Amino acid sequence: MIPELGSFSLILALCLSGLLGTLPLAGAHSGNALWMNLARPLTVGIFVFLGLAISILAWAFATNDFSVSFVAQHSNTLLPMRYKLTAVWGGHEGSFLLWTFMLAGWILSVGTFSRSMPLDFVARVLAVLGLLIFSYILFMLATSNPFDRIVPLPPADGADLNSALQDLAFILHPPTLYMGYVGFSVVFAFAIAALLSGRMDAAWARWSRPWANLSWAILTLGIALGSWWAYYELGWGGYWAWDPVENPPLIAWLLGTALIHSLAVTEKRGVFRSWTVLLAILAFSGSLLGTFITRSGLLTSVHAFASDPDRGLFILGILGVAIGGSLLLFALRAPLMKSEAGFELLSREMFLLTNNLLLVVSAASIFLGTLFPMVYQALTDELISIGPPYFNVVFVPLMLILIAFLGIGPISRWKKTSATYLSKQLGKVLLASMILGVGLPLLVLLEVSIPATVTMIFASWILLSIVKDLAAKVANKSSLEQGLRGLSLSYYGMQTAHFGIAIMLVGVAFTGYFGAERSVLLAAGDSVALGEYEFTQVGTSRVNGPNYFADEVLIEVTRQGELIRQLHPQRRLYIASGTPSTEMAIDPGFFRDLFVTLGEQKDNGAWSMTIYVKPFARWIWLGALFMAFGGSLAAADKRYRRLRVKTNILHSRHHTSPVTASLNPAK
Amino acid sequence: MKPHRQKRLGIILFITAGLAIAAGLTLFALRQNINMFFTPTQVVRGEVTSGVNFRIGGMVKEGSLMQAGDSLQVQFVTTDFVNEVPVSYTGILPDLFREGQGIVAEGQIDISGIFQASRVLAKHDENYMSPEVKAALDAAGASSENYSMALESES
Repeated sequence: MIPELGSFSLILALCLSGLLGTLPLAGAHSGNALWMNLARPLTVGIFVFLGLAISILAWAFATNDFSVSFVAQHSNTLLPMRYKLTAVWGGHEGSFLLWTFMLAGWILSVGTFSRSMPLDFVARVLAVLGLLIFSYILFMLATSNPFDRIVPLPPADGADLNSALQDLAFILHPPTLYMGYVGFSVVFAFAIAALLSGRMDAAWARWSRPWANLSWAILTLGIALGSWWAYYELGWGGYWAWDPVENPPLIAWLLGTALIHSLAVTEKRGVFRSWTVLLAILAFSGSLLGTFITRSGLLTSVHAFASDPDRGLFILGILGVAIGGSLLLFALRAPLMKSEAGFELLSREMFLLTNNLLLVVSAASIFLGTLFPMVYQALTDELISIGPPYFNVVFVPLMLILIAFLGIGPISRWKKTSATYLSKQLGKVLLASMILGVGLPLLVLLEVSIPATVTMIFASWILLSIVKDLAAKVANKSSLEQGLRGLSLSYYGMQTAHFGIAIMLVGVAFTGYFGAERSVLLAAGDSVALGEYEFTQVGTSRVNGPNYFADEVLIEVTRQGELIRQLHPQRRLYIASGTPSTEMAIDPGFFRDLFVTLGEQKDNGAWSMTIYVKPFARWIWLGALFMAFGGSLAAADKRYRRLRVKTNILHSRHHTSPVTASLNPAK
Repeated sequence: MKPHRQKRLGIILFITAGLAIAAGLTLFALRQNINMFFTPTQVVRGEVTSGVNFRIGGMVKEGSLMQAGDSLQVQFVTTDFVNEVPVSYTGILPDLFREGQGIVAEGQIDISGIFQASRVLAKHDENYMSPEVKAALDAAGASSENYSMALESES
């Protein structure tokens, strides 16, 4: 009975979102305040009913209700409770419910934190989001209802959750990734509302910015969690495989990164408006594309859910209507947007345009590499795949150019920057980065290493340009403390995120170039050397987990004869599904990770295993944490809240563009 | 030319140059890194040249897996139930690698007709056949009985 209540909640949420998608929009069009005011209560209703639905699904998991097909496929009586509850997103149906619930959460937040925006604008934003969530719930009810029963005979026990998913990161990664992904829908809705109302001004950009920054920060975190998970769970020794399903979040992230920079220009200078609107549409399309690729079964991948052509077609329909419709609207309205402020070739606007160009091109090249095999197959009926080297060859140079500009952009001035000013500001920074880049690797490694030198030059370039910019900003203030206090939270956010890129760069480059791995066969007592470490296989023991058996191998790691760590990699056999799974052992460290992943035990008792030494691996995710933190700082800047009220008053009284009115003292 | 026109032209040239370089780089990289996919039947017919990287997909033939006792060398036969290609691989096979299960291997064919794999992929979900392997079986015209046989032996 209870699962039927879940379906019923979904149907109620569908009805409410149908209302949200239409009434406020009609109200905004005709000026009917009553209809517009309905939007906020409706957002609460949708959130409550979807929350109820997801709780009911969790309840079905907790109580082992295997008459529900989704539960029977993804759970088992032996499964520990924390995985039972999170198995809610262990498969297509449930994870789509989570996705939709996340959107409901964002919609509720927009409804709650938009008191200072004009009512008609809020009504349009919420209505666009209402239409979106309506289509999601409809999709769920039509093709993938998580509450479907198995009739007439439910199985006695469930098939169990995929063993690779029984892990802490599985509890964290999907919700975070979805939350970030779906957040771009909010920015998209703002863009569409702006196009509908014809208010494509700086106020629109300012309202969108905190939402864009927040979604971007969460998406950064979500992607980083996924990469961390792949690194320690999948056991292939990498953190990013350029897998066709990993790529769409990265595409959305790159477009989102372009968007948050372009929004800054639109807000501060009133230029690039149509470009910003287009980016908002593209970033959202990127996130929808990700859903389409994972859920349609078009691609072969670790992430792909079991395929069902109906679902693919349905999502393709949503994709077509949402993207096609918004691009059409854009084509009709974009010519109305005129930039009012001009800028020189050498100006911060141009540097940010370069940033956008590089980010969009890199997103496009990843898009091409991801979709090319599908298109090729459709055209020629031949199967091809595009390997990681393609992505590395294209992506790495683009990112290095981006980093070169990253040092210049924040120091340059709006509207016009002279070349002499830039060279005066950055000449010494460049020189110092060169010296550091050449000197540090020499001192530490005692040899010339080109990869290390290039990496250190670029990393120091980022770091020193941040320091230089801070110093310049503080220079005219009476004291250092006062100067630092005078800088805005969004400025600190930007610099924190940029600093994160330097950290990540070091992690990615050093892990890639100086990492070592070796596959060996070790009998008890055998040892093998890798780098400065020696790994010795000591023995094998039997371990029983709650829902698996495991062989655990003890490995002692020594450096120069001194024991530094014992590692316990396991080879597990999950009881319910009978699937084998390797549990790698990692010794994490700030400067290097050591890890071992087991293969199989041979007849003579020897184990095949792969041993890795990964220098600076932690820095990859540490960098992402800095970026995410920077994004949240920027989103939390109180000036968004303060200025919103101000521009509102301006708007209602004069209908002037707030760019000229309040934000541009230079004019 | 008026100054603002000149500036606009400058911006457009800048964007075009950037895009052209990126497009060139992308296409170059794409040409270098495309792996074609072949079925065992295509390989046996000699549709591939040696010394070129490609992917092969099929089922692992029952009873064909041979592991060396003292090294990480493994050999198995991949089949589409019509033709067979022996595969040699040095390293650790994926968790879900099993006889009778669909796999995709990446590598080159050597002169003696053995596929030297640099990577072997198996699907994470065991009830699932990768589209590539399915296509390989379809292309080879394997009958549906063979199919279900293969799937049964999996579970």
